Amino acid sequence: MTDAPVLELQGLSKRFGAVVASNDVSLDLKPGEIHALIGPNGAGKSTLIAQIAGSLASDAGRVMLEGRDVTALRASARAKAGLGRTFQISSLAMEYTVLQNAVLGAVGQAGRAFSLWRSVMKARSFLNAADAALESVGLAEFRNLRTDELSHGQRRQLEVAIALTMQPHAFLMDEPMAGLGMEGTRTMTGFLDELRHRAPILLVEHDMNAVFQLADRISVLVYGEIIATGTPDEIRADPAVRSAYLGESTV
Amino acid sequence: MLTERRLNVLVLALLLAVPLWAWVSNEPFTITLATRAVIFAIAGVGLNLALGTGGLVSLGHAAFFGIGGYAMGILASHAQSYTALTDWPFLIEGTKSMPVIWLVAIVASALAALAIGALSVRTSGVYFIMITLAFGQMFYYFMISWPAYGGEDGLSIYVRNSFPGLNTLDPIQFFGLTFVLLLLVLALVTRLRSSAFGLALGAARQNENRLRAVGIAPYRLYLLAFTISGAITGLSGALFADLNRFVSPTMFSWHTSGEIIVFIILGGVGRLMGPVIGAALYVMLEHLLGGVSDYWQIYFGAILLGVVLFARGGLIGLLVGREVAHD
Repeated sequence: MTDAPVLELQGLSKRFGAVVASNDVSLDLKPGEIHALIGPNGAGKSTLIAQIAGSLASDAGRVMLEGRDVTALRASARAKAGLGRTFQISSLAMEYTVLQNAVLGAVGQAGRAFSLWRSVMKARSFLNAADAALESVGLAEFRNLRTDELSHGQRRQLEVAIALTMQPHAFLMDEPMAGLGMEGTRTMTGFLDELRHRAPILLVEHDMNAVFQLADRISVLVYGEIIATGTPDEIRADPAVRSAYLGESTV
Repeated sequence: MLTERRLNVLVLALLLAVPLWAWVSNEPFTITLATRAVIFAIAGVGLNLALGTGGLVSLGHAAFFGIGGYAMGILASHAQSYTALTDWPFLIEGTKSMPVIWLVAIVASALAALAIGALSVRTSGVYFIMITLAFGQMFYYFMISWPAYGGEDGLSIYVRNSFPGLNTLDPIQFFGLTFVLLLLVLALVTRLRSSAFGLALGAARQNENRLRAVGIAPYRLYLLAFTISGAITGLSGALFADLNRFVSPTMFSWHTSGEIIVFIILGGVGRLMGPVIGAALYVMLEHLLGGVSDYWQIYFGAILLGVVLFARGGLIGLLVGREVAHD
């Protein structure tokens, strides 16, 4: 396995008026790893995620995906290029069935959104891809439910399933454990642990247990700047991190 | 149990049965009413693709309705006066042939929808409504002030245009023609809605960010939906002109846009047959209430209010409930 980063941020910055939301952020995501991004509330994690995903334009810096500069691409083009995103707040087509949401991912992956004639819910290739993704997150039995009938946790799982249908080269996950509860968090943690072998994950997460259990490396974002990057042990021991962030909790 | 599919078949059967009964009992006016309903239904089905499926609330579809109407009016008026539209750079003559007029109406309104859509589908919500309204009104005032084709007075066409093999002056034959076109349009829209395009378009309405996250940009989806939608409404405009043998700038006015939206809301937003039921009901009430009072729209307004307040999902929603996700 080469160690060339799949995803690389080079000096990303974004300011809103006088507020610097992210300042010269550089980090990378290597094949097979989970790189967690942590930081106190208001540290700029969501801004950074939006900059990486392409829904927010950066003032400076570059986003490289597999060595290719994707900074100029819109969110949809970055997704097409292999960036699989899940949202902090579930962002699904709520009137569609679970299966339809997953099929939508397969359609996007295949670039067939302008296929006007064939009945999409009868297309074998899309259905197979969608069912496989639902199966792997454990939603297979709920495939025909309307998405707004899913529980909060199931919606999070569906987010991941849709990302799977995109066959991404890197995952970008914004708080996949949020609101999952103990059991849900345990399941999701186990799942992400496996998922890193399909594609590396840049994980933004508040659940410190999950982060320290999963992450190969952790970056700590405070006031828009990365103050430390390292293995969980290094981060635990880092005095700057302790004072800025971990001092609040008992890790 | 009354499913949406059964209701759809029932509505179409009624829409066919009423004029047939009127034909047998020699009541041509009823046939004309039914034809009017069918033509409005086509306009509504067209708009519903953009509004219902794609969430593009266009208050400017009168532009396409009017373009279709004037495609008919201009071509037919030249044909009846034996003058050419233009002889430079090449000769273009008028025509009385419906298929040609329809084609011109569809192409012209599709191009207009493409241009208007290109400028407007980037916006959303109230801005989109206002921009489409503005474009519609531009056409309206342009048509009023363009003297070549009657200006404010509009254009009268003395004889209904022709269709090969049919006597279009016979009400039931003209009705049959419009009814077949409605079926074709419904078939087309059904296909589109169940295609990958339809799935993505519906997702765009529900959640644009979801769509982007699966690598699909909403803009071109909206644009295509708006264009097809405009083209269908344009076809309906050409038929409406032929029904009345008259076109006027009123076809372009925002009232017309509003009426088409009313068909959709009355029947059920985003439901395939919503606008068909809505248009049929509208024409029926226009006729019945219009006989009671010149101010029939007050009563109609009350009915519309009732539907909006108490029947979410329009009459179809009331009768068969929430839409089941298509399989």
